[in-house]
Amino acid sequence: MKLIQTVTVGSGGASSIEFGAGGTIPQTYTDLVILISARSNRTNAPIDTIRARFNGVTTGYTYRAVEGTGSGTPSSFTSTSFNAGIAATDNCTAGIFGNAQLYIPNYTSSLTKSGSAEGLSENNSASANQFMTASLSTATAAITSIVIAPETGTLFNQYSTASLYGVTKGSSGGVVVS
Amino acid sequence: MSEILTKLVVDLSKPEGDPDRVKSIPLTPEELAEKEQERILAEAQWAAREAEETAKAEAKASGIAKLLALGLTEAEAQALVN
Repeated sequence: MKLIQTVTVGSGGASSIEFGAGGTIPQTYTDLVILISARSNRTNAPIDTIRARFNGVTTGYTYRAVEGTGSGTPSSFTSTSFNAGIAATDNCTAGIFGNAQLYIPNYTSSLTKSGSAEGLSENNSASANQFMTASLSTATAAITSIVIAPETGTLFNQYSTASLYGVTKGSSGGVVVS
Repeated sequence: MSEILTKLVVDLSKPEGDPDRVKSIPLTPEELAEKEQERILAEAQWAAREAEETAKAEAKASGIAKLLALGLTEAEAQALVN
């Protein structure tokens, strides 16, 4: 897995993070991974879902999720976006950030695109949200740009980070780490 | 929304260390409007899920109470609804 780019949100926050502006994500890998540590400015709930969009396309996305809160029975639901995990929010204790990973296999293929994401956000013993999703994009073009953004908050807070990695398939069909 | 929002944009065709590789760009009025619509939709979906979860919890509690009234133990009632 090779790091392509890491970004850290500066003062004032960022409404979204785009990797590959102008269609510049290298097409030389097999899969893509985005690791996120984020906090959004949402205030009315302890988590904010993060959505991803590919190549500027805003429609044709769905996901199924399993969500746990650290107590009680986990719940499941579907939604109409491509999920990239969850972020902590300004409803949480100061300094709390959520962690998330989005895995996109075969991003250069001419088929519909799938992705799996998991995220975790805890709030100093008040709550611990776990989020696992499977997403689908009906668009078939190779992915050349990805935009991630909080769905309810208007921005990622300062110090949120996102890192794009490329994963390369080995010549034997296995995955190699480079 | 009246505040100025910016987005982080990474042009991966630029070499690492190039000042134009990562830039902070203000949102256009159209992007701001789209962001607001997205927020409204996400809040509505969240509220709908919260309401559904609340209804499930209330139905479960009601079911357990009725099972207890029928003579089941707490453990037996919980085993049936979980």
